[in-house]
Amino acid sequence: MRIIDKEIITKEIAEAVQTANFSLSEDLYERFNQALKQEKSKLGKDVLKELIKNAQIAEDEKIPICQDTGIVVIFVEIGEDVFIEGDLNEAINYGIKIGYNEGYLRKSVVEDPFDRDNTGDNTPAVIYTERVPGNKLNFKVLIKGAGSENMSKIKMFNPTATKDEIIEFIINTVKKAGANACPPYILGIGIGGTFEKAAMLSKKALVSDKTKNDQVIKFEQKILKEVNKTGIGPGGLGGTVTALDIKVLTYPCHIASLPVAVNINCHASRHISITI
Amino acid sequence: MNLETPLTEKKVKKLKAGDRVYLSGYVYTARDQAHQRLYNLIKNKKKLPIDLKDAVIYYTGPAPAKPGQIIGACGPTTSYRMDKFTPILLKNGLKGLIGKGPRSEKVKKSIKENNAVYFAATGGAAALLSKTIIESKVIAYPELNTEAIRLLKVNKFPLVVINDSYGNDLYEKGQKKYNELR
Repeated sequence: MRIIDKEIITKEIAEAVQTANFSLSEDLYERFNQALKQEKSKLGKDVLKELIKNAQIAEDEKIPICQDTGIVVIFVEIGEDVFIEGDLNEAINYGIKIGYNEGYLRKSVVEDPFDRDNTGDNTPAVIYTERVPGNKLNFKVLIKGAGSENMSKIKMFNPTATKDEIIEFIINTVKKAGANACPPYILGIGIGGTFEKAAMLSKKALVSDKTKNDQVIKFEQKILKEVNKTGIGPGGLGGTVTALDIKVLTYPCHIASLPVAVNINCHASRHISITI
Repeated sequence: MNLETPLTEKKVKKLKAGDRVYLSGYVYTARDQAHQRLYNLIKNKKKLPIDLKDAVIYYTGPAPAKPGQIIGACGPTTSYRMDKFTPILLKNGLKGLIGKGPRSEKVKKSIKENNAVYFAATGGAAALLSKTIIESKVIAYPELNTEAIRLLKVNKFPLVVINDSYGNDLYEKGQKKYNELR
C-alpha cells in the first residue's frame, strides 16, 4: 500500500491550474501553425496569428491565455494500491484556492445557481474519481470556460440512427456555436452509455489521449472534414479551419438507445495531466 | 484603420463590416450583471453611473491584475447574453459594442437604426489584448468584482467590424463565403 499525503495533492493541483492557464500545450502550438498553413481566409489567418502571439505573451509573462480561467474539472484515477491520507476533494479544492490566488486567476464560480454569490476562490471543482490498478494517482485537470461549455449539446438517438445522422447533429451543434465558443474548436464527443455517461465521456474525451481504435479514428477524421466545411473559421470570421481536433470516446449502451454528447472546447484547450 | 473615441455618428458611418480597426481612447467594460443594472435604471428612469453618448462598451470580465500590472488578461466574453439589454442602451446614445459571437435580429436592427457598430475582438486572445490597455479604473459597482464597470484607456486595441450601420454582418458574409456544405 502506497500512502499519499493530501498536502502533496494540494501542492500539485495548485501548480497544475496555473500551468494549464498560462501555457498552451506543445501539441496545440503545432496545430495552430498547421492551421495557419491550411487557412484560406485572410481574416482567419490574422486570428490564428493573434492566438499564437497571445500564447507566447501568456507563457512569457505568466498571465492567463484567457480571462475566463474557467471552472476546474478533474478526472482522478486512483490506483488500487494507493491510500490517500486525508480527504481527496478537500485536498483538490484547497489546491485550486491556492493556485487561483497565487496565479491572479479570475474567480468564476458562484455558490448557488440562483443567488449567484461568488465563492471567491474558484472552488469547488467538478471532480470524477475512478479506481484503477496500480499504485499511482493521476489527475487530468481541465480548465473549462463558459463560452464553449454553454454551446455543448446532447441528443438521444434511436439505435438505428446512422453515422451520417450523428455527424449531422455534430455539424448543427458546431453551426449553432458559430463564432460564440472561440473557434477553431476541439470537440469532445461521447457516444453510447446512458444520458449522463455520454455527457461525461464527451468531457473526458477533451483530456484523453487519442484513441487507437481504427474505426473511431476514421470516424473522427470524417467529422473533422465535415466540420471544416461549415465555413465558420477562426474567430467565426469565415474560413476553412473551424476545428483543430475531434476526440471521440465510446461506451456500451442499451439495445434501445444511442446517446451522443458534443462538448465544445475553445482553441486554447487548457488541460494538463499529472501523475503522483 | 485607426479609430478614436468618442465614437461619433460620422466616424461610425465610415466603418464597414470586415474592416480591421485599431481603437484608441476610452471604453467602458460591462457584462451580464452590469447590463442588467443599467437596463433596470433606464426602465425606472433613474440616472446612469456612466455617460452613454458616443460611448463604447466592451463585454469583458478581466482577470485580476498582478502587482505592477494595469489589468489582468482581458478578452471578450460572448455577446448574445447582453442582447436583451442592448437596444435600450443604443437608444440612449451608446455607439460601439465590443464582444464576440453573433447578435440577435433585434440587436442588429437596433444597431442599424441607431447608427451604431458592433466589433469583435478575438476570443481567447486575452493576454495579447491586455497589452493595449493603458489605464483601468473601476467607476461603478465595485461589489461586482470582475463584473464591475471599468473605464479603460486603450491604445490601438485590435478589432474587426462585424455589424456596421448599413446592416451588413461579417459573420454571415464571411461564413457563407467558405461554407462548402450547401
